[in-house]
Amino acid sequence: MKSIVRNAFLAMVVLSFFTACNKSGKKDGQANGALASNAAERVYVAPGKYDEFYAFVSGGFSGQLSVYGLPSGRLFRVIPVFSQDPEKGYGYSEETKAMMMTSHGFVPWGDAHHPDISQTNGELDGRWVFINENNTPRIARISLKTFETSEILEIPNSAGNHTSAYVTENTEYVVAGTRFSVPIPQRDMPIKDYKGNFKGAISFIKVDQESGQMDLSFQIMMPGFDYDKAHPGRGKSHGWFFFTTYNSEEANSLLEVNASQNDKDFIAAVNWKKAEEYLKAGKFTTMPVNYAHNNFNENTHTATTTWGKTVRVLNPAECPGLVYFLPTPKSPHGCDVDPTGEYIVGSGKLAASITVHSYTKMMAAIENKKFDGDAYGIPILKYEAVLAGTVVQPGLGPLHTEFDANGNAYTSFFISSEVVKWKLGTWEVLDRQPVFYSIGHLMIPGGNSRKPFGKYLVAMNKITKDRFLPTGPEVSQSAQLFDISGDKMQLLLDFPTIGEPHYAAGIPAEKIMANSQKIYKLEENKHTNAIKGESEGKVVRKGNEVHVYMTMIRSHFAPDNIEGVQVGDKVFFHITNLEQDYDVPHGFAVLGNNNSELLIMPGRTTTLVWEPKEVGVWPFYCTDFCSALHQEMQGYIRISPKNSNVPISYTLDGDKLGK
Amino acid sequence: MKKSKIMMLVGSALLLLLFVFPLWNITLEAPQYPQPIGMNIFITKIVDANPNDIQNINLMNHYVGMKPIPTEMTEFKIFPKVIIGMVILGLLIGFKAHYQWYLVWFILMLILGIAGMYDFYLWEYTYGHDLNAKAAIKFLNPDGSPLDYQPPLFGTELILNFKARSYPRTGAYLLFLGMALTLIAFFIGHKESKK
Repeated sequence: MKSIVRNAFLAMVVLSFFTACNKSGKKDGQANGALASNAAERVYVAPGKYDEFYAFVSGGFSGQLSVYGLPSGRLFRVIPVFSQDPEKGYGYSEETKAMMMTSHGFVPWGDAHHPDISQTNGELDGRWVFINENNTPRIARISLKTFETSEILEIPNSAGNHTSAYVTENTEYVVAGTRFSVPIPQRDMPIKDYKGNFKGAISFIKVDQESGQMDLSFQIMMPGFDYDKAHPGRGKSHGWFFFTTYNSEEANSLLEVNASQNDKDFIAAVNWKKAEEYLKAGKFTTMPVNYAHNNFNENTHTATTTWGKTVRVLNPAECPGLVYFLPTPKSPHGCDVDPTGEYIVGSGKLAASITVHSYTKMMAAIENKKFDGDAYGIPILKYEAVLAGTVVQPGLGPLHTEFDANGNAYTSFFISSEVVKWKLGTWEVLDRQPVFYSIGHLMIPGGNSRKPFGKYLVAMNKITKDRFLPTGPEVSQSAQLFDISGDKMQLLLDFPTIGEPHYAAGIPAEKIMANSQKIYKLEENKHTNAIKGESEGKVVRKGNEVHVYMTMIRSHFAPDNIEGVQVGDKVFFHITNLEQDYDVPHGFAVLGNNNSELLIMPGRTTTLVWEPKEVGVWPFYCTDFCSALHQEMQGYIRISPKNSNVPISYTLDGDKLGK
Repeated sequence: MKKSKIMMLVGSALLLLLFVFPLWNITLEAPQYPQPIGMNIFITKIVDANPNDIQNINLMNHYVGMKPIPTEMTEFKIFPKVIIGMVILGLLIGFKAHYQWYLVWFILMLILGIAGMYDFYLWEYTYGHDLNAKAAIKFLNPDGSPLDYQPPLFGTELILNFKARSYPRTGAYLLFLGMALTLIAFFIGHKESKK
């Protein structure tokens, strides 16, 4: 029967080849998509209906975090995190500038990599998303009530915050390991003296369970390897955190060759409960550092920066039992822990097999001191003593593994461009599907937790080429959605993504949507420059600063005629959106501003600075279509010459405000 | 105690619940308001059906020149006094008076109720007709007269893109029940007196 179907299909393919006048030589992926019967129906979310899952997909070099729906692949929102966003005024408004602050000053851009959703008891809880910035090491926390960045913490002693922002199973900590080892503390020294002198810091950041506030708790000063990916122990292995390393050769140049010489690098197993004991016992040194900690206050709608000046440092060589190395072949990338917490999957990205370590065997090997020497005082466990098994020849270049709830693992293969499904424990390959093209990471909602929701798998591909209509040399990145509910994976959908999606985290929609905030309540607005009613509008001169206190409501600004401002003044527009209705933001833009525009949500106050340079009467207007009279939502500000005697005035419909 | 007496007392005392429950509700539905917006009308105040509804109704209505929904009204002062008065009167009658007075109370309450409804109609009329001459949007009836935006006294009506629903709420139903009880009390009292 099967062969009849296949023959029929082949005949159809041949026929269509001849009849379609060689439309375009599309590859397998498309045919596969069509083959997966009723694929369209399975990704179709009818108008007015909701997707089943949220997917938080990193924006990579865009610095932002995108929010998609699954299975539709529809983009809902791009949350500005590490990069300025002139559309929203993020990083431009007086309130959000502080979010971009670092010890290097104002940094307008970031490289966002690995979002991770907060967990309770090893299950996704939908409180926050954490995401790391690789270039200027930072971690951000995004509120899943407001879908806005609440906090950004700079990581000192780090130089490429790649091994991040993964959380422990009760969100006790979020971790940050450095991809690039550097001299610590930073100093002027020859690069060639790297070996033995550079260090790699792994940071543990404590998370307050009520507020979500991050606090740099301690760092472990590791040897000068590159630290790549990490995942927490869960269930029985809770209390441990696993980090992949590469460049255990400690090369400082031509790493593509020189860091690929060792047959095995390591997975570092860190016992953070042990670390807590050492901290309690005072076995740490306090190191002077300087890092920015930026917090956005939900009541004042304003971000502030505080400065961290010290960090507690643990030296693993002096803290027995804190860190062990598990030899893992060929520059491992992904370091993934299965839902039971027993298996630690190391994906040697230059290997043709997948290495799986056993937590139980690791504990026994530690107990029985089955060591194979040490590296900088950190015991190396015997490879055979910790190995649970190997998935033999599943593909080329394994990168990352996620899990379903039925004991299956799904690994992405960059070089052979495919996703491979295999069985935990038996290590047999169950299925393989090509992806288009060259997959990096993949995501199953909850696939990094005790409770995966193994219905869909999203492949995030590094290369797009001809998957969509061409758009010149630069094309979008591409994601592909697979249905993994059956024995065989089925390709359902291609969809484009923003930036470069390095990694993603998915969660059932019902865990978030009910908490999603609709407006900011005016009565809870504690912004120092908020005004709660139209009559409170005013314009105040303080030297060469002019402060405009303005409100917006359908469909006017108050005041909307402003005079008495002069060339050389610095104008602060403190604007409060008085609306208290869902989805009625107003925008604000003023001609020639060298800053950005503002989008102001209902009940929120935001400040934009404008420095007028020319005499004249300049318009400002609402940029976000708000109402039938949106086009009338505009005003004028008169700019007089310096030292002009035009008095400050502010009116609405000819009347001075405040009467 | 006689059955009729109890019913008279309970019936008139039920009016006190008008201080707790809304008398009436007007809800506006439109496609762009997936959650309809509305107001609950009490004898002492008009409040949001859902948070901020009245602000949002006012915002919408100002385009056609309608005045904001009042927070102060003479009725808010008079209605409570009338209701308290009627409760006291009802209780006095219940305790002291002959059953025939039950009917007097009922008819008096009926007249007051109708007067209240008429007053409500008048307010609605003004609310829907007294438009700002400078309104941004002015619609006309086919005969050229200005369109009015008066919500229905009772029932559902289409006003431009909005479906306006105007229906009694718990308070009104309790009022009806209370009045019905006093009327029944009269008939039962009549029966009891024949025994």
